[in-house]
Amino acid sequence: MPHHGAAFTLICARCNLPLAPLIVPPYSPLLMTREPSPSRPSETDAPAFQLPEFGLKHLLGIEGLTPREIDHLLDRAETMVAISRAVEKKRHTLSGRTLINLFFENSTRTQSSFEIAGKRLGMDVVNMAVAQSSVKKGETLLDTALTLNAMQPDLLVVRHSAAGAAALLAQQVDCSVINAGDGAHEHPTQALLDALTIRRQFGRIEGLTVAICGDIAHSRVARSNIHLLNAMGARVRVIAPSTLLPSGIEHLGVEAFRSMEKGLPGCDVVMMLRLQVERMEGAFVPSLREYYRFYGLNAKRMKLAKKDAIVMHPAPMNRGVEIASSIADGVQSVIFEQVEMGVAVRMAVMEALQEGAGA
Amino acid sequence: MNDPKPPLRRKPPGQRLFVNARIIDPSQDIDTTGDIFVERGKITRIGTDLPREGLKKSAKIIDCGGAVLAPGLVDMRVFIGEPGSEHRETIKSAGRAAAAGGVTTMVMMPDTNPVIDDVALVEFVRQTAIEKSRVRIVPTAAVSRGLDGTQMTEIGLLSEAGAIAFTDGRKTIQSAQMLRRALTYARDFDGLIMAATQEASLAGGVMNAGTNATRMGLPGIPREAEIIPLERDMRLVAMTKGRYHASTISTSDSVDVIAKAKGAGLDVSAGVAIANLALNENDIGDYRTFFRVSPPLRSEEDRQAMIEGIRNGTIDAIVSNHDPQDVDTKRLPFAEAADGAVGLETLLAAALRLVHTDGIPLMRVLECLSTAPARRLGLNAGTLKIGAPADFVIFDPDHPWVLREDMLRSRSKNSMFENSRFQGRVLKTIVGGRTVFS
Repeated sequence: MPHHGAAFTLICARCNLPLAPLIVPPYSPLLMTREPSPSRPSETDAPAFQLPEFGLKHLLGIEGLTPREIDHLLDRAETMVAISRAVEKKRHTLSGRTLINLFFENSTRTQSSFEIAGKRLGMDVVNMAVAQSSVKKGETLLDTALTLNAMQPDLLVVRHSAAGAAALLAQQVDCSVINAGDGAHEHPTQALLDALTIRRQFGRIEGLTVAICGDIAHSRVARSNIHLLNAMGARVRVIAPSTLLPSGIEHLGVEAFRSMEKGLPGCDVVMMLRLQVERMEGAFVPSLREYYRFYGLNAKRMKLAKKDAIVMHPAPMNRGVEIASSIADGVQSVIFEQVEMGVAVRMAVMEALQEGAGA
Repeated sequence: MNDPKPPLRRKPPGQRLFVNARIIDPSQDIDTTGDIFVERGKITRIGTDLPREGLKKSAKIIDCGGAVLAPGLVDMRVFIGEPGSEHRETIKSAGRAAAAGGVTTMVMMPDTNPVIDDVALVEFVRQTAIEKSRVRIVPTAAVSRGLDGTQMTEIGLLSEAGAIAFTDGRKTIQSAQMLRRALTYARDFDGLIMAATQEASLAGGVMNAGTNATRMGLPGIPREAEIIPLERDMRLVAMTKGRYHASTISTSDSVDVIAKAKGAGLDVSAGVAIANLALNENDIGDYRTFFRVSPPLRSEEDRQAMIEGIRNGTIDAIVSNHDPQDVDTKRLPFAEAADGAVGLETLLAAALRLVHTDGIPLMRVLECLSTAPARRLGLNAGTLKIGAPADFVIFDPDHPWVLREDMLRSRSKNSMFENSRFQGRVLKTIVGGRTVFS
């Protein structure tokens, strides 16, 4: 008897008690590869059915992406890095297509990154300064989207302060939508560029221990990274004061720590988040100096992590609030490489979505 | 007993004999097959094989074909846009929707523009209801002027004018002192205070707090936002000996709080919105704004606790929490959309899920939908006793159907049950002996 049945113990999600073990017999039909149906012999000559490597039309979030899809995007982004580093930075794969940057929240750097990415692929890029225009006149998000849709863009990049805004748009327009940040929900291209940066440093993501530190509660970057790192097999920790840890965060597959001293040891990657200073003081943390005292990343704390650990930050940074200048500019920092990878990842996403939409 | 004025002031209809009905009356614990005879809009006889001879020429015999005939539903929490937001719902359109849902008496919330906090507005609502609505509408009046939570309304005069109860509608009375005074003063007029229970500083979120809200990046409303004011209110009821009804509770702890208060002999009752019985937070799915309601859809455990509360009698009333919202307030990102969903037309069908899937006796569900609310409000409704107004709902408890948006008679279409499958459908609605829906 070469195999024993594999026993899985299911844990009841509600009460954390083990349910009756489920025995999967060694030759369970569930585990067998599907045989071609004998009634349709003509199709059996064709090679086995293959999923397209990337067939999505929109990129609204990391949640739901398969490791294969993530790998595909990262591999593609890797080739884009070389293009950005060449003197002649232009590809024409998407020439003649139109990209609209629709930023309801101001973000010069993210918008520029998308703009440059689009232009390097040969696209015509239009930046809609929505924060100053029709929205002020009471036009709703959907009406703005429908107006733009009528102009026949191929790609719409959206940033909005409300969670779910990108998904809402995607239901209403014909073109591909890239979520460039929706409220505290997701910021998928940021997680992808973080993953690419990590992969270039370590050659892998699987098996690494990553600590995400700071304002987890309000951070879309944290959510997208948690989904991506979990999908790729990393161990994810979050470190923050309890007021900045949202309820039920443990159920997203992370280990939560309330102190840097406990959470940092053994980490390969220390990912800092921006503290939104305007809304923090007195509400979630008593003061910035207290926050820096207990949660700021300084040289002493950085020594707790692994020796070859890297420091990341989605920028813009609050030096002296969440991160010491010496660490931000230090040898372990990859913060500016992240910015470079941002352009590459966005180029990769745009190309992949256009292929997905065209297929 | 308050006799809600018959709507559409016309001559009362002639003799009506409803035959071959499964008559269910929770007020008398009757579940039998038989006939009901109605004269001048009131029930005059009930029994098996009532004689058909001697009827007037104008009399009509209505064969129910074995369908259930029960007291028309009394919905304790209905928001109507008139006056002020007629584009969302008028008294007339709400009446049409209610009739289609088997609701024969709507208890109208005072959150209109202007707020129903004055005798003239109570009279306006009653008069408009009589002229425009197919079903009965009993107005409530605000506890505080302009719903501002500080100054008491004229509870005595408003009672005389026909306000059936006092409530600040969607708003929770945040000041303990204000609620204390209202409970104390209303007691002298036998007035019932119906209270929302959301602690404003905790309830800043847009959906149930927890893993789902965290994953979706939406600010959560913790369960404690409801439990804390509810516990506070129980103390105030004990202190004032007032009459109190918690409008819509949604958490298992709230059920415990009410059970304990009832056990201590306090004059309290509680309602639950049909949404919190039929749905849970997972139904929000992909940021579907029609599922943004107040109180928010909670976890499955809380939903089960609500069902248990119905079963064991802790919760008294099931309400539609009918709150029409137009596209301007719903075609928005989830966090920016308004709370509220229409529910008059689906109240009975959705409540029958408790019978079909959760094993609650049909008698008990109907009691929560008609008899118990009527009793709590002192309305002469929710019963099939001889002499009571002939307000019936006739329905097939098993008929399968799917709700489509174009079926909705409500002026707003924000239903949580669009494309939902139901088992059980209203066939006819009778108000004062007159058929208002069939």
